[in-house]
Amino acid sequence: MSINRRGFFKVLGVTGAALAIGREVKAAPAGNGEIDFRGILYDSARCKGCHGCEYDCADANGLPVPEPVKDDLIVRSTGETRRTVVNGYNTSKGKVFIKIQCMHCNEPACASACLTQAMHKTKAGPVIWRGEKCMGCRYCMVSCPFDMPKFEYHSANPKIQKCDMCYNRLKTGEAPACATNCPNEALFYGTRRQLIAEARKRIVENPKLYADYLYGEHEAGGTCWMYLSPVNFRELGLKNIQKASYPALTKGFLYSVPSIFVLLPAFLLGIHQATKKENQTIEEDES
Amino acid sequence: MNQTKSKIFTPFNIISVPVILVGLVLIVIRFWKGIGAVTNLTQEIPWGLWIGFDVVTGVAFAGGAYVVTFMVYILKMKQYQSIVRVTVLNGFLAYVFYAGALLLDLGRPWNVINPIIGNNFGVNSVLFLVAWHFLLYMIAQLIEFSPAIAEWLGARKIHKVLSGMTVAAVIFGITLSTLHQSGLGALYLMAKEKIHPLWYNEFIPVMFFVSSIFAGLSMVIFEGSITHRVFASQISSKDHHAQNPIVMGLSKICAGTMFAYFFLQVLVFIHEKHWGLLNTPMGYWYLLEMIGFVLLPMALFFYSYRRNNILLIRTAAILTMLGIILNRLNVTVIGFRWDATAHYIPSWMEVVVTLTVIFTEIWIFRWVINRMPVLRSSPEWAKH
Ligand code: SF4
Ligand code: SF4
Repeated sequence: MSINRRGFFKVLGVTGAALAIGREVKAAPAGNGEIDFRGILYDSARCKGCHGCEYDCADANGLPVPEPVKDDLIVRSTGETRRTVVNGYNTSKGKVFIKIQCMHCNEPACASACLTQAMHKTKAGPVIWRGEKCMGCRYCMVSCPFDMPKFEYHSANPKIQKCDMCYNRLKTGEAPACATNCPNEALFYGTRRQLIAEARKRIVENPKLYADYLYGEHEAGGTCWMYLSPVNFRELGLKNIQKASYPALTKGFLYSVPSIFVLLPAFLLGIHQATKKENQTIEEDES
Repeated sequence: MNQTKSKIFTPFNIISVPVILVGLVLIVIRFWKGIGAVTNLTQEIPWGLWIGFDVVTGVAFAGGAYVVTFMVYILKMKQYQSIVRVTVLNGFLAYVFYAGALLLDLGRPWNVINPIIGNNFGVNSVLFLVAWHFLLYMIAQLIEFSPAIAEWLGARKIHKVLSGMTVAAVIFGITLSTLHQSGLGALYLMAKEKIHPLWYNEFIPVMFFVSSIFAGLSMVIFEGSITHRVFASQISSKDHHAQNPIVMGLSKICAGTMFAYFFLQVLVFIHEKHWGLLNTPMGYWYLLEMIGFVLLPMALFFYSYRRNNILLIRTAAILTMLGIILNRLNVTVIGFRWDATAHYIPSWMEVVVTLTVIFTEIWIFRWVINRMPVLRSSPEWAKH
């Protein structure tokens, strides 16, 4: 259906496209694939579950100091007071940790959902939230496949909380707080290309240690956070989601809008004119 | 008018006034303490009753306006002329109140003008499209309805200008409706893994559009059966007699579009190969919706049309409406993160606020009906 529609659109909608989404049609495909975003490679094989990054994150972002973790194996999620958590899992290779936070998708569902562009994919890579634009509709939360944006339900001036890869630090040339401070070097900060190369290298050098999979390389159309792990990512609670980009799911619909906007009124007007003639005599009778 | 004023203690008033008062208090609390103070929404389920019922379902029921204006102004089916105004009024108020309920759900409503004044156009966003269409469609409906206001005020010159704009507004309105009725479904396209597979498919927009036709018409049938009783004194005997054939005609259209809708649902079901899911609790729920609230009312519409049975048609209309509520809630609330550990069940406060919205709308509806020529026929001067 969407393919048909797009073909249909190609023929008819070239002018229509300019009407409603012209600017974006040019801008959007301009290759989020080509920009070499910055990101972080997280290595589960190195993480010892010290939770230090949770404290660093809270500190860097003015969030409350995290509660000490009593039991690693109780799975926690991020929330309006914590942008990242490290959870432990009992896996086929013993206890393995995983840090979760916003994945900073290459083509973020949240940003394409946002009607005010408050959620924004920066050229550097981080997906940031801009409070002065946000109207709190929470459509970003509905759309994010990783359920990462969190909302302050108990505030009259609520914010969306999620990891922004320490965008302010990045602007001054620093690395994100978590990546700077990890004592076990489980977090490797760099451009996406560097991350992929580094991940490949680690897998090749140590094939026994790693599962041969880089989570985030293709998930959701590619993400800036990527995961290496000793076990299948599903054992660590990561979702098995589609490889294609999420905004692409609405493209078919959005692309059909301009053509409907051009064709339907013309069509309706046509019927209106046609029926007018037929009915003229009746109408005259009535009035 | 005096008559209506004298009856203050009607059952409707006795129920609606306290509910509205409590609702207003809750709305104050909501803006003062945050959305979490009155709703049960969670981080996983950020949209609940206010979006899933008030906005998504309410707008589907308001679909009658674009269908009826299409029939009367575009296809020139003159026999439906007498229900145009009341349907458009209903549609307009539904948009103002149900789409307006969206404002209650916004965490930072003071920024709502951002996407309107154009400093931040999220043109890739389906919600952006839907919000704009709501706004424009309200204007189109106001234009469609405005001759009634002019007649009430006795503004003859303006009446002529406004009447001249009707067809343009209708064409514009139908286009907008087609797009935002389907757009409401398209909102959920990105929630691919979050909606139960029996309700998620890439055709949600088409389903929402097609079902909005019979949802809207069932609402017209239902609303007509009530207004013709409550406001009987205003309706001319000619219009009153015309009502049954109108209901008959509408039921035929309902049956036809429901057949198309059911067919589509079956096609999608077969295409997605969901046989295994049928024998699960969600599967039974799905079957109940499809058989009990689509197939059954469709058959009833067909049957009662043939049998000329108005009462049965009304039953079918009510069943259809229940089915629409069920369907919209299944996509937006019940089937949304059906696998989440913490389920969302609306709080009593969310329900009261929803009722407040509905009751206030009915109050305004009654206020307008009692003053403007909506059910009543237009003054003589306006007919030429
Ligand atoms: S993980 Fe979610 S919040 Fe983060 S960029 Fe992707 S879609 Fe946006
Ligand atoms: S809640 Fe804010 S950031 Fe999220 S989609 Fe709505 S306006 Fe955008």
